[in-house]
Amino acid sequence: MIAFILRRLLQSIAVLLAVGLVAFSLFRYVGDPINAMVGQDTTMEQREELRTKLGLNDPAPIQFLRFLSNAARGNFGLSYRTSEPVGRLIVERMPATLELSFCAALFALFVGVPMGVYTGLYPKHWSSRLLQAVSLIGISLPTFLIGILLILVFAVYLHWLPSFGRGQTVQIGWWTTNFLTISGLKALILPSITLGLFQLTLLMRLVRSEMLEVMRTDYIKFARARGLTNRAINFGHALKNTLVPVITVTGLQLGALIAFAIVTETVFAWPGVGQLFIQSVQFSDIPVMAAYLLLIGLLFVLINLTVDLLYFAVDPRLRSQTGGPRMAGH
Amino acid sequence: MASPSNNPPLLEVKNLRVEFPTRRGTLLAVDDVSFDIAPGEVLGVVGESGAGKSLTGNAIIGLLEPPGRIAGGEVKLEGRRIDNLPYEEMRKIRGHRIGAIFQDPLTSLNPLYSIGRQLVETIQTHLPLSGSQARKRALDLLKEVGIPGAENRIDHYPHQFSGGMRQRVVIALALCADPRLIVADEPTTALDVSIQAQIIALLKKLCREHQTAVMLVTHDMGVIAETADRVAVMYAGRIAEIGPVRDVVKQAKHPYTKGLMGSIPSLGVRHDRLTQIDGAMPRLTEIPPGCAFNPRCTFRGQRCLVERPNLMAAGASRAACWLHDRGGVGAPVAKELVDA
Repeated sequence: MIAFILRRLLQSIAVLLAVGLVAFSLFRYVGDPINAMVGQDTTMEQREELRTKLGLNDPAPIQFLRFLSNAARGNFGLSYRTSEPVGRLIVERMPATLELSFCAALFALFVGVPMGVYTGLYPKHWSSRLLQAVSLIGISLPTFLIGILLILVFAVYLHWLPSFGRGQTVQIGWWTTNFLTISGLKALILPSITLGLFQLTLLMRLVRSEMLEVMRTDYIKFARARGLTNRAINFGHALKNTLVPVITVTGLQLGALIAFAIVTETVFAWPGVGQLFIQSVQFSDIPVMAAYLLLIGLLFVLINLTVDLLYFAVDPRLRSQTGGPRMAGH
Repeated sequence: MASPSNNPPLLEVKNLRVEFPTRRGTLLAVDDVSFDIAPGEVLGVVGESGAGKSLTGNAIIGLLEPPGRIAGGEVKLEGRRIDNLPYEEMRKIRGHRIGAIFQDPLTSLNPLYSIGRQLVETIQTHLPLSGSQARKRALDLLKEVGIPGAENRIDHYPHQFSGGMRQRVVIALALCADPRLIVADEPTTALDVSIQAQIIALLKKLCREHQTAVMLVTHDMGVIAETADRVAVMYAGRIAEIGPVRDVVKQAKHPYTKGLMGSIPSLGVRHDRLTQIDGAMPRLTEIPPGCAFNPRCTFRGQRCLVERPNLMAAGASRAACWLHDRGGVGAPVAKELVDA
């Protein structure tokens, strides 16, 4: 098991190096950073001087190593747009995105999984068929459309919930949170639903098909023959056996929630990193883009590592001494 | 061994019918099956695949897979009717009064829970025991079914056991609440031949010690001959013959049973060729009128083609064959079957 974790860690580092290389090459190949920094009346000599001063004339591998060692220390340079340190920009924005993604994930998990269990247990009931049909809408409507529709109904017509922003937030150290004020919580509802709806339908459909599969197995029939209660069978024996694929998908989707919160954040003017990224793209603010890229890479790697460890917790067959888990996919 | 005649029966099955509604009409998979099992008795049920023996077992434990359903008749356990109980009532009987063992021990156990947890869970579902008492009982059961090093093995997971050991665990699970009846559906079919004998011996020993009756569903006549007190031979959803195991094996009364016995090789006797029954069991959609066995029967008479025989006395057994209709007409006399 320890060998397996070490191997995974090495793989993670390799992935991060690759992401780092891509982020680094942004600097070299997406426009000339000097042009973005200086005014039009700067002479060629001044530009060359600045270039040397910033180390842009050094060989590429040395620049890459310098970039990596800076990044490892959380130093991503200054934003071209605001001249603030990129690290600080991202740290300021990160809590908003993390809280939004967290709520969306909770929404997807705690609504999607029970719905999947229900539709898996009673596949022929009319309400299961209805949920199945509705989930098709959830899976095929684009996120921005759902967001705009929700705003139209709950903010414009009903005036129940705010249509943009985070509402009032409370500062705890460097972390700003929505969870401690009523307006903050209210502001979370619509964006969370918008962001989580796709994942919810995905999870529901996944759990449903896994449940249908598991309910046909001999050990479920044998559990019935042992006279176990329906509760123990459905939520103990059956649901647990659907968990490995559900954990995989949830993990990947959590990464996706954070990375692709961009659209939702844009629709709801949510001051998170996604919005920061969009603004940076418009401005070719390469240090921010590179840092964002690395950050998302890091998140995905961490989530995957957690998912792999969760497999061990769920499935005793993977805990055997010989080698790591056999997994399909990644 | 139990004496079936003196005690009131533990299980009574009367005129049981199991149907499968399909798009092309309703199939009758178990047709008018009746038998009793006395306390502590082992009843073997044999027949080819599709003869309805597993379905009969599943109907008794109330676990027919939809769309299959009981369409008629009744099942009584200890005098109480159980075939029409609501799900929750029947659940309390399953595992408590009736245990079950299925064919494949590799898939009968939940791979994600330790065997100890599965045992404790079953025990606590049916008996008012505390956690530690239940664990103690689980440990005793594991020792009883012959799991070596039960103290260590109790926390192991199913994949850490061999097939034979897993079937022992399954037997322990069936015995958790000391049921009066065990329905064992092909308990040795998926096992190695060398393991089969051990498992059968174990099952036999445990049931004798616990005074548990067994309905042993199998297509292995060797297992039946070794284990059962009585045998029911099923053919195309009906019982063809039922009687004490010695009589059925040595002096079969139904031409089908006769053929079945003839197809078993025996040691010491040189066969040039084993006898075989020509043809195959009809599909449920194509059961002929009259006796279902008539197309394959060498003793077939006019009556067999039109009238369906019910079980009738034939020596110590009962057979569903016109040959044994004493006052009957139409069927030719087959001396070897009638007077054997």
